[in-house]
Amino acid sequence: MTLIKKRKLINNVALALSLGAMSFGLFWLAWILVTILQLGVAGLSVAVFTQMTPPPGSAGGLANAIFGSVVMVGLATLIGTPIGILAGVYLAEYGRGTVLGHATRFINDILLSAPSIVIGLFVYAAVVKPMGHFSAAAGVIALALLVIPVVIRTTENILRLVPDTLREAASALGAPKWIMIMQVTVRASQAGIMTGILLAVARIAGETAPLMFTALSNQFWSTDLSQPMANLPMTIFRFAMSPFKDWQDLAWAGVLLITAGVLALNIVARILFKEKLTA
Amino acid sequence: MANFTLQETSEKTPPPVTQLSIRNFNFYYGKFQALKNINLDVYKNCVTAFIGPSGCGKSTLLRTLNRMYSLYPEQRAEGELLLDGKNLLDRDLDVNELRARIGMVFQKPTPFPMSIYDNIAFGVRLHERMSRGQMDERVEWALQRAALWDEVKDKLGQSGMSLSGGQQQRLCIARGIAVKPEILLLDEPTSALDPISTLRIEELIHDLKKDFTIVIVTHNMQQAARVSDYTAYMYLGELIEFDQTDTIFIKPGRKETEDYITGRFG
Repeated sequence: MTLIKKRKLINNVALALSLGAMSFGLFWLAWILVTILQLGVAGLSVAVFTQMTPPPGSAGGLANAIFGSVVMVGLATLIGTPIGILAGVYLAEYGRGTVLGHATRFINDILLSAPSIVIGLFVYAAVVKPMGHFSAAAGVIALALLVIPVVIRTTENILRLVPDTLREAASALGAPKWIMIMQVTVRASQAGIMTGILLAVARIAGETAPLMFTALSNQFWSTDLSQPMANLPMTIFRFAMSPFKDWQDLAWAGVLLITAGVLALNIVARILFKEKLTA
Repeated sequence: MANFTLQETSEKTPPPVTQLSIRNFNFYYGKFQALKNINLDVYKNCVTAFIGPSGCGKSTLLRTLNRMYSLYPEQRAEGELLLDGKNLLDRDLDVNELRARIGMVFQKPTPFPMSIYDNIAFGVRLHERMSRGQMDERVEWALQRAALWDEVKDKLGQSGMSLSGGQQQRLCIARGIAVKPEILLLDEPTSALDPISTLRIEELIHDLKKDFTIVIVTHNMQQAARVSDYTAYMYLGELIEFDQTDTIFIKPGRKETEDYITGRFG
């Protein structure tokens, strides 16, 4: 009886502690969201989507920055995703227990946890310096380098959830390994791999540091990948640091856009993953 | 089940034709020797059962017959597995061609994440080119043979994973026979199923042996007695006794077999 009482007490203490930890986290998250919403909605208008970033004191929007972010994040995803998926498939299906597999996984883990500013500096030294000027292309490369490790990791993890009996069943029908992978294991992991891609996009959407050294920013509309390109994080950074009220308002609107975008992506990712689990 | 009691199997005894010969066969998981000098013949259009306590090597032996172990580099076999006079262990043998001739069904149902139709067509497409119409016929034939057609004919486009456990296992059998193998290996095919589904699969096995040679691993001795013509009793990686199923169950030649059969051991 005392044992049961003691167990119940410990249970209640643990429950109280974890509830406390959860509410501590949620409190700040809610505060951040409320602040962003309040200040962001105030700065939000049609002009945000239609006009260029203005000089201080005049009206304007974030059209060029939104465009730049979409282009750079989109291209980085297009480049990083295939590489990430292929490498993830290699790790999960071919590289099990091999030295190359272990080495790749280890290096990828380092890349995964590397601060994004390190990636930014690397691309600065490797691309921007030789080119002689900042460019959107360099930004795309930096962001792609952030996408790849996330996609590799999620692809490998999700493929490892596929039971080996399924692999054996495909092999037992005489399927060569690549058909087994393409038609059975990857197909079984589709939703999970998709989730990984969306999470990677969410991660790079708000990255500022790697763009600071690569794409920089641009006051004007530019579609030229060899030139600096405006983007939301850098614009927010510059505008929020400025003393001008209208710039600060635009910065908040930009913050709201990124937050809403990332939130939407996460929700989509969750729905996809849930469908996979119930399928 | 009365239609395949022991009398029936002993009634029809034309001399069996050997389809697959296992000769001086040893198998290793790394350094551990899991099978020791196995010699055994699998007869055409008969059901051969491997029985024995857990860890005796019966599943291991089954999984060597279609070279399943080749997926795992640390596993190694030596000796001879002769099919049509050719040793299946030869390095130059194409395992994918071999697996078209020797199909396998696993303990747990393993439907692929695709439609019921595509589950069946998957294996066929690997080995044969055929028109859509021919494929439709093949899919229906396989599902008919696996006694699943009536239950799924209106939902061939649905995911194979939406079926019940017993249906999934019959789907896997249909998938296996759709390739038209000569031998079908069944690795405890009913151990994850309820008694009704088990009965259906057993009836199916009895029916399928007209067209296929069947090797089954089972934990369930009654099942071996019900479905098989020949039984191999294995213990600790050795083949203790191999004979007609009625002989094994009525008057086994070895004391160890008798102890296991009568439940004194195992």
